[in-house]
Amino acid sequence: MKIQSVKDLEKISREYSTSLYHPEYVKVNIGMASCGIAAGAEAAFNTATEAFADDKAVHIGQTGCIGYCEMEPLVEIFSGGTPRVIYKSITPDKVLDAISDYQNGIDQKKWVLGQMRDPRSLLEDEIDNPLAKVAPFEAIPFLEDIPFYKNQVKIALRNCGYIDPDCIEEYIAKKGYFALLQVLTHSEPGKVLETVKSSGLRGRGGGGFPTGIKWATCAKHDGDRYIICNADEGDPGAYMDRSILEGDPHSVLEGMLLAGYAIGSSQGYIYVRNEYPLAVKRLVTAIKQAEAYGLLGNNIAGTDFRFNIRISTGAGAFVCGESTALMASLEGNVGRPRAKYVHTVEKGFRDSPTNLNNVETYANVPAIVLKGAEWFAGMGTDHSKGTKVFSLVGKIKNTGLVEVPMGISLREIAFNIGGGVPKKKVFKAIQTGGPSGGCIPERFLDLPVDYQKLAEVGSIMGSGGMIAMDQDTCMVDVARYFMDFLKEESCGQCNPCREGIKQVLDILTSICAGKGKEGDIELLEELGSMIQKFSLCGLGTSAPNPVLTTILYFRDEYEAHIRDKKCPSGVCKALFHYEIDADACTGCRVCARKCPQDAITGEKKKAHELNQDLCIKCGICYDACKFNAIAIR
Amino acid sequence: MNQAIPLESDTETEVDFMELDTIIEDEFGNNKENLIMILQAIQRKYNYVPQPALTYLSAKIGIPYSKIYGVATFYSTFSLEPRGRNIVSICLGTACHVRGGERVRERIQESLEISDGQTTEDQRFTLESVRCIGCCSLGPVVKINEDMHGRISSDQIDRILDQYE
Repeated sequence: MKIQSVKDLEKISREYSTSLYHPEYVKVNIGMASCGIAAGAEAAFNTATEAFADDKAVHIGQTGCIGYCEMEPLVEIFSGGTPRVIYKSITPDKVLDAISDYQNGIDQKKWVLGQMRDPRSLLEDEIDNPLAKVAPFEAIPFLEDIPFYKNQVKIALRNCGYIDPDCIEEYIAKKGYFALLQVLTHSEPGKVLETVKSSGLRGRGGGGFPTGIKWATCAKHDGDRYIICNADEGDPGAYMDRSILEGDPHSVLEGMLLAGYAIGSSQGYIYVRNEYPLAVKRLVTAIKQAEAYGLLGNNIAGTDFRFNIRISTGAGAFVCGESTALMASLEGNVGRPRAKYVHTVEKGFRDSPTNLNNVETYANVPAIVLKGAEWFAGMGTDHSKGTKVFSLVGKIKNTGLVEVPMGISLREIAFNIGGGVPKKKVFKAIQTGGPSGGCIPERFLDLPVDYQKLAEVGSIMGSGGMIAMDQDTCMVDVARYFMDFLKEESCGQCNPCREGIKQVLDILTSICAGKGKEGDIELLEELGSMIQKFSLCGLGTSAPNPVLTTILYFRDEYEAHIRDKKCPSGVCKALFHYEIDADACTGCRVCARKCPQDAITGEKKKAHELNQDLCIKCGICYDACKFNAIAIR
Repeated sequence: MNQAIPLESDTETEVDFMELDTIIEDEFGNNKENLIMILQAIQRKYNYVPQPALTYLSAKIGIPYSKIYGVATFYSTFSLEPRGRNIVSICLGTACHVRGGERVRERIQESLEISDGQTTEDQRFTLESVRCIGCCSLGPVVKINEDMHGRISSDQIDRILDQYE
């Protein structure tokens, strides 16, 4: 069937909203994004599918990621008249027990994350809450009240974890492709451009350029225009785009279609990281399904609009996240950026006008078109509208993917949503913006999430990686880590970046090895400023940020390394040693058993001793000790 | 990205040119723009990119060998040397790094007696570090072939490696 009108969509929507919201059987949705699969979701899925192969009363399905990665694998169980309950950490051995537990009215309360109050997305306010007439389970918290979810507003992630990503009909049942059909039948390209422009949406890939202005400029230039989706999510510690592609691929396709219509383009490309095979698989399925419904291809929805999407995979080069490098790579060349005297909206891919946005930006567009620019612009701050997805990782209790309104404070994200630092350790900094960003110390945590505000403290919004660091993270080592990353990833064509980063890295490496000299910090600052000013592309101009912000906010750590030859965090091996605190040691023998060097000796229930000559500072004892008896000196 | 790779052809791998032709022509339409994906397909087939395949590819799609060599050495995915039966990818993304990924790497290197990018003599393991595979909640993560091993500490390494022949 080819979809010709909104009515066709409504028909599919009605049909599938039954299985989505009111199934006559027990539906078990297993979160099957990469992170869930890594935690055992696929094995759990196979176990459950096999067990209920002949049982029509139980249906095993898959969804994308609902964000709470710390608790993966997450399994949702519900039926038409009973509440929707999310079970956490459901490994393959627990999945059958969880299903029978649900059927028996829930005994294993500690397995349960929560129950849903309302499974509708922001786009579905026309329908009634499907759970309105369902009596909730007693003594089980609502998902929406749990701190992790409480302050989240899901626009880009609206369907992730709620639909089967391999099922276009479920996407349609959640108001998918309604924006496209509405625009094709009742609007014109100029109006779409105007909507996106006045919504205030800015590029979510890191640059933060106003999306509507980019689209309108591209539309002004003549030629075979191209629409590119940048899914080369290279920032270490960031996986928002992977999750959207794996959990809701159609939202990205629809966003690209809307861009194609508004800009006047008939060809789109998605450039996906090679490290994301599942995202590619789900995209391929999604494109085929959209083609089958006539939502991609020629004469879309019976109009003369045509649009095709092709997928191209990257090959492991961080610099290809830069737009001109990405386009070079897409043409089959080495991914080296070029100077942007002429912007890509005028001459980009194949020397034609090209509009490039990232995954999250496109995923926002259908919602903006459906709900209107004012609705979107009503959220956020003066300069940053709508919401932003962050991957909250590192030294944080509730690791996961969160989508919050712009303007919320970093403290709110790290402590209320993220739950703070685990194991009673002391929070030190939040790193945003990946290798192009900076480390923000505790005293700035009340800053609102906003493109300008984060830039004012030397960091950037970036694509959304947010890495928490605690007392055990050495800031000099973090700076060294990023420089090492960037040295590998610099494309090498301009001197300031290629040579400058290498020099910075050499200095940092020697500081971490205990060979730092007076004047090193000033030299780093000087080099950093040179690289910032004279590099060709964004990779180089932002490369010194991790070094400069750590010097700015954690200068004492640099000085401790250089002057006192100490690494206070116990990371740089040449600059510390472990000692056993005899007062705290209970003699439990855990460290002695785990030590690969047999360097720890002592009798049971008596304080142990560590032989410094044998110790290789692997840190196994430090991590294993439950009594904080291994001290960094 | 600056791997030292021998330019002379290796004779160990027999490249099936007929099959190569099918990949280049049928799957990728003889299109120069698909160079990277063709190289990926070749690597999937042989577990690395054999030199004779590059020479053939150059003649077949009309891209100078120097350029193909440039592309194959620029992108970190490609290996121009034979790789081991098991690919051990250590994630060194920021989240894994702050959770002790570096220690895990050191331990694996000690255990296998190879460093990053190298292959054990018995061809059992090739060690590759990758920058973030997007499973940050499970950090530190090591991916061996397609299996993900999450939340590992350096004392678990030997037991994990033993599972792979």
